[in-house]
Amino acid sequence: MVKEEQPLLQVKELQTHFYTERGKVTAVDGVTFHVEEGEILGVVGESGCGKSVTSQSILRLFDEKRLVEYDGEISFKGENLLDLPDKKMEKIRGNDIAMIFQDPLSSLNPVFTIGHQIAESIMLHQKVSKKEAYEKALEMLKLTGIPAPEKRINEYPHELSGGMRQRVMIAIALSCEPKLLIADEPTTALDVTIQAQILELIEILNKKLNMGVIFITHDLGVVAEICTRVVVMYLGQIVEEATIDDIFETPMHPYTKGLMKSVPQLDGDRSKELHVIEGTVPALNNVPKGCRFATRCPFADELCIKKAPELKEFKNGQKARCWHAERIALEEEGQYA
Amino acid sequence: METAEKEVRQLSDIKQQLKKEQRQLFIKRFFSNKLMVTGSVTMLFLLLVTLFGPFLVSQDPYEMVVQDRLLNPSSEHLLGTDEFGRDLLSRIVHGSKVTMGVGLLVAAIASFSGMVIGLYASYYRILDHILMRICDGLMSIPAILLAIALMAALGPNTRNVIIALSIVFTPHIARVIRSAALVVREQTYIEAMEAQGASATRIIWLHIMPNTVSPLVVQATFIFAEAIIVEAALSFLGAGVPAPDPSWGNILYDGKLVIFNAWWMTVFPGIMIVLSVLGLNLLGDGLRDLIDPHTNHGKK
Amino acid sequence: MINYIVKRVFSLIPVLFVVSIAIFLLVHLTPGDPASVMLGVEATEEQLKELRKEMGLDLPIYQQYLNWIGGVLQGDFGTSYFMKEPVTHSIAEHVKPTLSLAIIAQIITILIAVPLGIAAANRRGTIADQSIMGVSLLGMSIPSFLLGLFLILLIGVKLGWLPVAGYQPLSNGLWNHIKYLIMPAISLGAIQAALVARMTRTSMLEVLNTNFIKTAQAKGVKKRAIIYKHALRNAFLPILTVIGQTFGVLVAGAVVTETIFNIPGIGQLIINSVERRDYAVIQGVVLFVTLSYVFINLVIDLLYGFVDPRVRLDRD
Repeated sequence: MVKEEQPLLQVKELQTHFYTERGKVTAVDGVTFHVEEGEILGVVGESGCGKSVTSQSILRLFDEKRLVEYDGEISFKGENLLDLPDKKMEKIRGNDIAMIFQDPLSSLNPVFTIGHQIAESIMLHQKVSKKEAYEKALEMLKLTGIPAPEKRINEYPHELSGGMRQRVMIAIALSCEPKLLIADEPTTALDVTIQAQILELIEILNKKLNMGVIFITHDLGVVAEICTRVVVMYLGQIVEEATIDDIFETPMHPYTKGLMKSVPQLDGDRSKELHVIEGTVPALNNVPKGCRFATRCPFADELCIKKAPELKEFKNGQKARCWHAERIALEEEGQYA
Repeated sequence: METAEKEVRQLSDIKQQLKKEQRQLFIKRFFSNKLMVTGSVTMLFLLLVTLFGPFLVSQDPYEMVVQDRLLNPSSEHLLGTDEFGRDLLSRIVHGSKVTMGVGLLVAAIASFSGMVIGLYASYYRILDHILMRICDGLMSIPAILLAIALMAALGPNTRNVIIALSIVFTPHIARVIRSAALVVREQTYIEAMEAQGASATRIIWLHIMPNTVSPLVVQATFIFAEAIIVEAALSFLGAGVPAPDPSWGNILYDGKLVIFNAWWMTVFPGIMIVLSVLGLNLLGDGLRDLIDPHTNHGKK
Repeated sequence: MINYIVKRVFSLIPVLFVVSIAIFLLVHLTPGDPASVMLGVEATEEQLKELRKEMGLDLPIYQQYLNWIGGVLQGDFGTSYFMKEPVTHSIAEHVKPTLSLAIIAQIITILIAVPLGIAAANRRGTIADQSIMGVSLLGMSIPSFLLGLFLILLIGVKLGWLPVAGYQPLSNGLWNHIKYLIMPAISLGAIQAALVARMTRTSMLEVLNTNFIKTAQAKGVKKRAIIYKHALRNAFLPILTVIGQTFGVLVAGAVVTETIFNIPGIGQLIINSVERRDYAVIQGVVLFVTLSYVFINLVIDLLYGFVDPRVRLDRD
């Protein structure tokens, strides 16, 4: 398991603090994970668990002058991104690390044509003429499988459908052949059929370009489809990390287990009611003292309420942040329902 | 049963906690908004001047003393005298009664009539079309011009200033009330009440009206400031409060005639106008932020 | 686009109808009878009758309105009783100084306000931002006629840099023309400048908070380009609207400013007419300014369509 080589991206003990009206709030609290080249890493959790903040922290997209403060380390190709000056960071964004956002309409600038927005990214990072950039942009649009790309390239975002817009976003993101793609819920706002197409596209491009992908979603079904490894987040922390097989076979954290039971199973017993994790995510300025999940956990005991567990590695490399991880992994379904 | 009771109790606890937190946040916001505190203090000062000032100044604002014409500010006449030898401090203090009074009355009358128009417009579609077209029409005539024309027709006196300005500003209030009321109007519970046969009057005044109070207060504050400006302008043009009654505007009118000799006649009433308008603008901005913190989010 | 223009133009009809009625009725608000007010107490019954007939006051009120609006639609705004000439004549004579004043004020406003607003948005929360916003708040609280008086005191009387009042037509030389209009233009434009600066800041901040700015950032677009290209292009629309509305306000506000600086524009025309109770002129000027105001806003709205690709006929 021990690797000599540096992974493509290594995030170590990342903390992201926000200054808000109610004081300093830590939205991401000590997150550590890595992404290998050509790998698709899933990041899963409910909304408000810090997955989007984590991903945007990697590109340092928050206003550092007045809103946010980072701690920890994000090393990419041997450099700590958090130490880089703005100028260098601008060169990495879009070129080495690219990002796709959740809502493809609001993520495209309404007053520029599609072609302009793709070509802009190319011209920023490559020494090409405007004409060449537009040619490359057209090529990228074709690659994403958008219908009638020659026509689309001169259209404005509002003239496109949701699926087409997301394809444009992907074209923008991949136009400079990045080493790492961060996809922040890229399919959430789309229809199911379009969703499948976009997922397929990301998978194909991942293989073709051998780039690492961080795929952020709240949908475990999607994760099962395309990811090789999964990180589960809860309230700004990682609660479980495992390969895709391990996590579905032996989830070790009760939160993961809960998430999995709330996914409808096509082949499962339809008469069974869908499981819902009780309660809601506590506010970030009101984090429980012990285990953060204790307030909603069916296994919680005194130890959980008093003392916060660490993220512990188990024998197969699976990691979980739970005092009862081994017991939970062994338990048969239904025993605690 | 027990668990249900427990849950209800927990819920009400949470609700109370939330309410408390909101109240604390409200107070915190108020005092952390230094501009708003400044505005409130300024307005409090002007209010005190208006209410008690006339009893504190000894000179008669109308008494003309020929040998005291255009005196510089001194210990005897703190702010100097005008071209008729009248004490300027006394005229400004008495003038604040006129100017602030006109502003306040206009804000109140426009608020009330605007509220009635806005509420009923939001409730009845046909009425809405008619009333809002009238409001749009009146609002497309520049305020100062409409005020001047109205004063020309009505004739210059203080009562007519109040009438004219109320006509000018009512549509502004009506628009704000209507859009706030429409939001409530479209809620399901209003529909449900209609279905249950609640009377229109009841729905409008008991359920829709309370939701329009916050935006109304904000708008009324700004109208107060606008009314002070327009009244001063009208009086300055000789179409407002007629002489010899003092108002900040017609003191300025007198001052304009002697601007080469008596700076104090322009500067002091000018400062009063700026203070009151600034105070009201700060107050209005602050109130808006308090009611709708989104306009102010993310301030460190 | 054509649809949008047609729809927008037609939506003006009810507004203009209300405006015409309101302006027409102004005269009839006069306590008693306009004719007796105009002629004063000494007038004989004979004179009154004649004037009433001349003004059409003896007709039923709807007939009076139809006559008046019929004339207006043909470009006849009535006849000044006092000056014995068509109202349109008087307006034409007085419109040039007002227009000059408003245009110079507008130029000053844009040159000062837009850069300051952008600067404040970029430096959000800093001392620079707070002082720009502080000054603009103060600017908004000084009525233009008051600022005019203060400027006269400071620059005209104390420093003697610029003439305190008067007007020189453009034919007497550009500098002469502008020299007399600088102070009036500043006092007229200051409030609008403050407003435009705030609006610029707000709409820039709004745009800077959107997702597509995040996308641009994630693409590696440089900070300057994000602000001046991606954000400003989008923020430009609301700024343009405010500037357009500003021009109407400037024309209306010129009424008071002209009186202070003794500029023979339409402002002075209406104030003199108020004193003379020359109702036809008052009506004419109010109608003229309102029409210009509405027309300018229409043009701005249509311009919107050219700048923003999203504007479609279904936009409300």
